[in-house]
Amino acid sequence: MKKLTALLMAAVMVFALCACSDSAAVESTETAEATTGAAETLNIKVGFICLHDENSTYDLNFINGAKEACEKLGITPIIKTNIPEGQECYDAACELADQGCEFIFADSFGHEDYMIEAAKEFPNIQFAHATGTKAHTENLANFHNAFASIYEGRYLAGIVAGMKLNEMIENGTITADQAKMGYVGAYTYAEVVSGYTSFYLGAKSVCPSVTMDVTFTGSWYDETAERESANKLISGGCVLISQHADSMGAPTACEAAGVPDVSYNGSTAAACPNTFLVSSRINWAPYFEYAIKATANKEAFATDYVGTIATDSVVLTDLGSAVANGTKEAIDDAKAKLQAGSLHVFDTATFTVGGETLTSYMADVDTDAEFTPDHEVITNGYFNESGDGFRSAPYFDIQIDGINLLDVNFG
Amino acid sequence: MKKKKHEKLFHMVKRDDISTSVRVAIKLGAIVIALVLCAVITTVATGYNPVEVFFSFIDGAFGSSRKIWITMQDTAILLLISIALTPAFRMRFWNIGGEGQILMGGLGAAFVMMNFGESLPSGVVMLLMIVSSIFLGALWGFIPAICKAKWNTNETLSTLMLNYIATQLVAFFIVYKVPSGSAVIGIINQKTRAGWMPELFGSKYMLTILIAVILTISLYFYVNNSKQGYELRVVGESEKTAQYVGIKVGWVIVRTMIISGALCGLVGLLLVGSKDHTITTTITRGLGFTAIMVSWMAKFNPFIMIPASLLIVFMNKGANNMASAVGLNESFGEILLGIILFFIIGSEFFVNYKIAIKKDRKKNNSEKSENKGLTDVSKNKYEKY
Repeated sequence: MKKLTALLMAAVMVFALCACSDSAAVESTETAEATTGAAETLNIKVGFICLHDENSTYDLNFINGAKEACEKLGITPIIKTNIPEGQECYDAACELADQGCEFIFADSFGHEDYMIEAAKEFPNIQFAHATGTKAHTENLANFHNAFASIYEGRYLAGIVAGMKLNEMIENGTITADQAKMGYVGAYTYAEVVSGYTSFYLGAKSVCPSVTMDVTFTGSWYDETAERESANKLISGGCVLISQHADSMGAPTACEAAGVPDVSYNGSTAAACPNTFLVSSRINWAPYFEYAIKATANKEAFATDYVGTIATDSVVLTDLGSAVANGTKEAIDDAKAKLQAGSLHVFDTATFTVGGETLTSYMADVDTDAEFTPDHEVITNGYFNESGDGFRSAPYFDIQIDGINLLDVNFG
Repeated sequence: MKKKKHEKLFHMVKRDDISTSVRVAIKLGAIVIALVLCAVITTVATGYNPVEVFFSFIDGAFGSSRKIWITMQDTAILLLISIALTPAFRMRFWNIGGEGQILMGGLGAAFVMMNFGESLPSGVVMLLMIVSSIFLGALWGFIPAICKAKWNTNETLSTLMLNYIATQLVAFFIVYKVPSGSAVIGIINQKTRAGWMPELFGSKYMLTILIAVILTISLYFYVNNSKQGYELRVVGESEKTAQYVGIKVGWVIVRTMIISGALCGLVGLLLVGSKDHTITTTITRGLGFTAIMVSWMAKFNPFIMIPASLLIVFMNKGANNMASAVGLNESFGEILLGIILFFIIGSEFFVNYKIAIKKDRKKNNSEKSENKGLTDVSKNKYEKY
């Protein structure tokens, strides 16, 4: 039992340590507060509700955006993490309201209904929600949806991919017919369909012979499934891979197989230096800044906000070392055209559906249980994705020619 | 010679009986030591002032009247699941299928809400919800019970596997209802509120709390003071004894599990009809497993489960609040909860045993042998848990 005495001694020593370090802790928090001075200072409290915490790339992207915007405005956000898509979201929103927050934001699709409940209860507080679909039909003055035209970012990323394919064709690595890309998607709904179609159209704009295989994992984050899907696509003859799912599964599979990869939500250059081409992501900071400012000034702001390349809401990472020559010029050129409005991602002249050019399409813009098509979205020769007067969340769900779905089972 | 020299300074002596005050003192002592250790770890690992962290815990659980209500509601739900599992545990039937039984109850309620919510009068809808969720929960308890009673299957495995089946059934239901969406049902009948359980005394949290209070008291008397409760306790102690005194063991197993499953189904009803108003595969939040720990920690006493549930809910809420207030990750709160539970459960050792110092050894030994004949065997058996 000498051990016990030894243990007791050890415990006493740790206590002594604890007593010493108390004062240090207090000091460090004080200095942290002192450094948060900023150019602009608004007198407003804001709250953010996240499905997971900073360990998820999806939530990290929101948390970073929130911190960036708040630092610029000289305020400290209250960020609640790991809030499930249930009553906890409503509770969290109400608690933030109780604490005096005037602008409250939630980041996950399943949070929407609970935010609407809270919005009804606190009519003087602004509630905003990313990726949601109901704000434009809910008729609540204090409930807002926000998204970004990430399809423009994916289109540009597609150009990078197309340029790479052209390089491979020129080098004789593949023939023009073998220019087949692979895409690892999460689910089969509009957000993903809109994403892979715009990526494909971007590639096709520079490499006309390109085709694409798409497979779905049925999960937003499943590293094993994403890696296996990428391997499946590669062994099926795909020479370039992209993804719309949140793990490192596909990029690492590509690095192992030496296949060029376009990733999502942030650069994977550090882990995949040889195969990383480019990545696109939504930058939420401009929206947060806009919405918080409007709330502080008691001004109305957009019910459905769509951030664009022009608002800096859609951004590309730095290009990887594996990209083809002339890529930078090609995307700068396309970016300028997109901003000027002379180029449309879903221009009906650039794709066919069942061999026909699309002249009319009724999309399910207004949310209802049966997904009834309700709005004509082909205007001026292009599919008006996330257009003015419609909702911000994507509704492009058409299967176009040249894209081959390997499986469609993940509703 | 050597043996004598190495004779241990301390040794363990089994306690034969222990007064309530000593027992409470041991438990409180364990919690105090655990809290001190938590404080030490907080400071060493993070550099934060442990007092600050502790106050952010309290603020998270009790910081406003809304937070108090939510804490009470969550405690009520955890308590309800714990007492639902208890009759089975007292029977030594290891029902770890609480998750599945709750999910099935929730599925029943959601099915009725979505299919009949708008077409039938609300009273009928609620009645149908109650019946279907209790029935499905009971069914999920009945299946492993009948297998155990008829073929002596291992209930730990069967209840666990039925959890997965329930999860998949819910997943199937969601995909069936939302075929081309994002696999999120969202709030059911948000506009009409059809099938939403009533608010009592103007509080949406009250119904769950009230049901928890009523059922906790009822279950205490059911297990301890009723004939059926006696039967299940005898079956738990010795099936052979039960058979000998004419108890139909198979029937007691089935009956008890139907009750256990039905109560879990009721929790599913409360989650879907009163709390979340939706159905997801994760709607139980793992509470079906947490409740097993609560039930054991409280030694299957429904009244002790009240503070046990409250402690766990308090720590969860506190950890969540700490994550946003102090800027520590929520996982840190879970580490602290782990430490506290370790000490509480570990203190059981000191309730059952005492440490004797060498010179007292002889005296203790003689005391022990004297008392041995007097102990009530059945009582002792439960004391172990």
